[in-house]
Amino acid sequence: MLLLIEQVLNGLQLGVTLFLLAAGLTLVLGIMNLVNLAHGSLYMVGAFICASVAGATGSFLLGLVVALPATALVGMAVELVVLRRLYARDHLDQVLATFGLILFFNELVRILWGPRALFLDGPSWLSGTVEILPGIPYPAFRLAIIVLGLAVALFLAWLTTRTRLGMLIRAGASNREMVSALGVDVRWLYTLVFGIGAMLAALAGVMAGPIYAVEVGMGESILILTFVVIVIGGIGSIRGAFVGSLLVGVVDTLGRAFLPGLLKLFLMPATADGVGASLASMAIYILMAAVLIWRPRGLFPAHA
Amino acid sequence: MRDLWPLALVLLAALALPFVVAGMDLAYVVGIATRIMIYALAGISLNLILGYGGMVSFGHAAFFGTGAYVVGILSTHATYGEPLTTWPFEVGGTEQALIAWPLAMLAAGLLALVIGALSLRTAGLYFIMITLAFAQMIFFFFVSLQAYGGEDGLSLFARSQAGPLDLGDDRQFYYLVLALLALVLFLKSRLIEARFGRVLQGIRDNERRMRALGYPTYRYKLVAFVISGALAGLAGALIANQTEFVSPAFLDWPRSGDFIVIVVLGGMGRLYGPLAGAALFLLLEEVLAAWTEHWMIILGPILVLLVLYARGGVWDLIAGRLSRRKAGADG
Repeated sequence: MLLLIEQVLNGLQLGVTLFLLAAGLTLVLGIMNLVNLAHGSLYMVGAFICASVAGATGSFLLGLVVALPATALVGMAVELVVLRRLYARDHLDQVLATFGLILFFNELVRILWGPRALFLDGPSWLSGTVEILPGIPYPAFRLAIIVLGLAVALFLAWLTTRTRLGMLIRAGASNREMVSALGVDVRWLYTLVFGIGAMLAALAGVMAGPIYAVEVGMGESILILTFVVIVIGGIGSIRGAFVGSLLVGVVDTLGRAFLPGLLKLFLMPATADGVGASLASMAIYILMAAVLIWRPRGLFPAHA
Repeated sequence: MRDLWPLALVLLAALALPFVVAGMDLAYVVGIATRIMIYALAGISLNLILGYGGMVSFGHAAFFGTGAYVVGILSTHATYGEPLTTWPFEVGGTEQALIAWPLAMLAAGLLALVIGALSLRTAGLYFIMITLAFAQMIFFFFVSLQAYGGEDGLSLFARSQAGPLDLGDDRQFYYLVLALLALVLFLKSRLIEARFGRVLQGIRDNERRMRALGYPTYRYKLVAFVISGALAGLAGALIANQTEFVSPAFLDWPRSGDFIVIVVLGGMGRLYGPLAGAALFLLLEEVLAAWTEHWMIILGPILVLLVLYARGGVWDLIAGRLSRRKAGADG
C-alpha cells in the first residue's frame, strides 16, 4: 500500500513533466500544424542552461530563472529562422528539417558542455521529505514538481480560455486568414506561442534535471513519450495533453514497479523478470494502441 | 531507352568496383559500397510507402532492426547448438541464408502488418507520431531482451551460409548484395507500373477520390506497408551479415530519420532515388566524419537547407529544375 502510493505519486510526477512538454507541443501541432521534433532539444537546452548556471552560482532558483527566458529566446530564434518557413510545407518537410535541428542541437550541446552528463541538484530547501500521509514520507522536490505542474495546467487553462491572447491563439488555430484579416499579426502570434512552448519545455527540463541525468539525447526519449501522450490525448487539446500525460506517467511507472512482481504469481521468477521488464517498457505503447483502436483521433480531439 | 544509359554505366561501375580498387584498401571501399547498397535497399523499401504511397512512416528502423535480429538470433542458436524452442517441437537456429533471410523478411513483414493495421487507421500527423512510437516500442523490446545481449547487442559468429558462395569473403558478399539490389529494383519497377502501383499512387494523390472509385484504400496501403516492411527486413538481414553484429542501435529512432533522409535526398517517388540518396548520405557522413568528430553539427543544417531550398532531391538540384518539380513529389 505504502509502495503503491509512492509509485502513483512518482507516476504523477513523470506525468506532469510530460504534460509541460506535451502542452507546448500540442499547441504547436494543433495551431500551426507543425511537427516539431526539436521540441525535445529545447527541453535539453533548458536543463543544460540551468545546470551550468546552478553549477556556477550554486543556486538552483537562479538557474531556473535564467533557463526559462533563455530557452524561450532560443525557441523563438529557431521559429524565426527555420520553422516559420515550414508552416506551409507538408509534414515530411517538417520532419526532415526538425530532424536536422535535433542533430544540430545535440552536437552543439556536446561541443559546448562536453559528452559527459551534468549533475543538477535541486534547491536545498526542497531536499528533504514531506510526510504526505501519516507514516508515508515523500521527497519534497518531487512533490513540488507535481504541485508546480498542476499550477501550470491551471494557468494554461486560464490563458487559453479566459484571456485575449488565448482567444487569439484559438482563433488563429481555427482560421488563420480571418484572424490576420482582422488586423492581428499572426506571424508574431505564432512566434509568441512558440516561445511559450519553449519555456514550458525548459521548465520540464529543469525539473527533470535533478531526477534524471542532464545529458545529450535526453530530449528525444522523452519527446517520443510526449508523442504517445499527444496521440492518446488528441492533437491540439490541452485537456487531452493533461489526461494523456497523467495516464502515461502512471501506467509507465506502475508497470515498471509492479509488472515483474505480478507476473511472478504465474511464471517462474527468472522468466517473470524478463517478460515483466519487456512488458513494462512496452506498456504505454500498448495503451496507445488500445486508445487508437477505440478512438483513432485521441480521447479529446480538438477539432471534432 | 535514353534513360537506361546512366543506369547501365552505374551497373558496370558497380560490377567493376571490386577489381578497380584492388590497389586501394579493398575491404574498406567494398565495405562502404556494400553498406551503401544495403541502405539503398532500405531506402527503396521506404520509398514504396513514402514516395509512392504518401505515408510518412517514421518507424522504418523497426523492420530493419527486426530483420537484423532474426538473423542474429538464429545464428547465435546455431552456433551454440541450443534449440530456439522445445515446444511444441524442437526448433533449432540456423546459419543458412536461404532459411534465415526469408524468415527475417517474414518476421519484419508480420510486424509491419500489426503496426500498419493500427497506424493506418490514422493519417498525417498522427501517423508520423504513431509509427515513431511503435518503432520505439520495438526498440525497448530488444533492449530488454537480456538473453540476446540487451542494450549491448549480439555478435555473430560468422556470416550466413549461402550454398557455394562464401559470404565471409567481402567481394562475394558485395556481389550477392548487388544482385539482390538489382532484383528488388527490377521487381519494384514492375510493381509500380502494375495496377497495384498505379492505385497506390492514386491514393497518394487523392485518397478520397480513389475510395469513391471503389478501391479499398486501407487494404492497398496496408499491403504496401507490409511489402515495405518485409523488404526493410531483408536489408536488416544483410546489414547483420555485413557488420556481423546486431544491436538495438539498428532500430533506434535516428535510424528511421536516416532512411527518410535517404529517400528524400534521392528524390521521392523515383525508382533509383534511394540509390543516389544512400550513396550521397553515407559518403557525406564518411567525409564529414573524417573531417571533424562533430560532423552532425554540419549535417543538421545541411538537412534544413535541403528542405528549404532543394525540395526535389539531388536529381532536381543537378538538373536545376527546383521549382517545377516541387509539387510533383508531394504526398
